[in-house]
Amino acid sequence: MNFTLKIWRQKDAKSKGAFETYEVKNISADTSFLEMLDILNNDLVHAGKEPVAFDHDCREGICGMCSLHIDGHAHGPAQAVTTCQMYMRKFKDGATITIEPWRSAAFPVIKDLVVNRGAYDEILQAGGFVSVRTNSVPDGNAIPIPKADADESMDAAACVGCGACAATCKNGSAMLFVAARVSSLAKLPQGRVEGARRAKAMVAKMDELGFGNCTNTGACQAECPKQISIAHIARLNREFLAAKLQD
Amino acid sequence: MSCFLCNSSLGKKLVMSVTGCCLVLFLLFHMSMNLVALISPEGYNAICAFLGANWYAVVATVGLAAFVVLHFVYALILTINNYRARGTQRYAVTANEPGVEWASKNMLVLGVIVVLGLGLHLVHFWSKMMLVELMGQHQNALGLDPTNGAVLVAYTFSKWYNVVLYIVWLAALWLHLNHGVWSMFQTVGWANDTWYPRLKCAAKVVSTLIILGFMAVVVAFFVCSLCGACPAAGCAGCGACH
Ligand code: HEM
Ligand code: SF4
Ligand code: FES
Repeated sequence: MNFTLKIWRQKDAKSKGAFETYEVKNISADTSFLEMLDILNNDLVHAGKEPVAFDHDCREGICGMCSLHIDGHAHGPAQAVTTCQMYMRKFKDGATITIEPWRSAAFPVIKDLVVNRGAYDEILQAGGFVSVRTNSVPDGNAIPIPKADADESMDAAACVGCGACAATCKNGSAMLFVAARVSSLAKLPQGRVEGARRAKAMVAKMDELGFGNCTNTGACQAECPKQISIAHIARLNREFLAAKLQD
Repeated sequence: MSCFLCNSSLGKKLVMSVTGCCLVLFLLFHMSMNLVALISPEGYNAICAFLGANWYAVVATVGLAAFVVLHFVYALILTINNYRARGTQRYAVTANEPGVEWASKNMLVLGVIVVLGLGLHLVHFWSKMMLVELMGQHQNALGLDPTNGAVLVAYTFSKWYNVVLYIVWLAALWLHLNHGVWSMFQTVGWANDTWYPRLKCAAKVVSTLIILGFMAVVVAFFVCSLCGACPAAGCAGCGACH
């Protein structure tokens, strides 16, 4: 397969970027999207040019490092997969593919397609944890948890922190990410204890970092590679409002 | 505690949701009241007289105005914040995400149309009814009795341009409420995956009922003004429209 790529190139955080057009040829349909970019970079290096910078790590959909806004979709046109899990067979032979970095005020571009997602780390540090005394390993069955609760917690915990939710949202809102974190802990007895403090701290951090206000469009859940549901946002709203009303 | 309503994103959204909900309840009441005008002009005028310049009607009006102002001001603040959060660099290519309502992304635009329609509506009715009474006068700018709502309705909707403006207004309101009515539940956290289809369906039903109720009065009085011979359909037979 052959493709024309329109890729956002930007030297560093300060310079002004622009699109550049590249051709890639003889790509097998089973090449992953990132491998296709590797092939392009190989060609660029051989031609003595600067390769395209993009984020990646595990390449199996679990680390959340890969990003990329491809043809108008976060993580590309495929549903429920990260960019690294998408294959070139998803595209038509000869297609022109536009590749952009996440665009959100809280995620500034560092270089080419790489953005700084440190804002999500800061939100996590504000409350996305449980406080436990370290000791010998506790008995795994000491605290029984209903299956339904464990399932819901695990669904929320599937969030890989990729940033697609805020990058997709027309309001630049990080609610789906924050909700996934709050929800996965709130559904477990271990996390329940700090529930009120966590919801308040994470929402306060999210506001402070300049993320926008959710208007319940649902664009995040449509683009989320882990299909996190906005039902978790409803739970975050409940947790937060209940905590505030108790104060 | 008092401040989270003004300084946190979720607090501000709570204000949007509660004020929006009160406005929806008011519209349901207002729409039911209007339907009386179709059945009985006398009955409608009795309601108009009841809701004239009495202390309870004035208090309710002031409260309602405060809610509209709050909802509007918060909508502006939130939308400006969101615009900033989106950043200066925009995507060159955008696509529609599956399952996302157009209205949910254009609530402010729709709201502004609703406010403009509301201004027009206040000039048409409130300024010629309650305001006239509050100023202690017994005749409005049209030379009509301020408590005779039915005649005023008949007069206003005999003009085709008013009919068109009201239909545009109601269409914007319909779209705003299509999203708003389920969104207000999500904002206070009363929603989950089982309830989304139900809430969205209820939002469509409520917004459509409201719109059809209002539209029925507008259209009936316009049609009535064309022939002038059907007082049964609500025409007071006053001739004000001719
Ligand atoms: C009679 C008039 C109106 C009614 C019944 C109404 C109702 C509602 C409701 C129920 C919501 C959902 C709240 C939520 O998501 O929590 C909403 C949201 C919204 N309304 Fe209105 N509204 C009205 C007028 C306006 C006006 C005049 C504006 C002005 C600009 C406006 C702007 C907005 C915006 C921007 C939102 C989205 C807020 C958000 O979801 O965060 N509305 N409205
Ligand atoms: S909620 Fe989904 S889109 Fe948002 S960071 Fe987590 S995995 Fe990515
Ligand atoms: S590279 Fe780890 S999720 Fe894509």
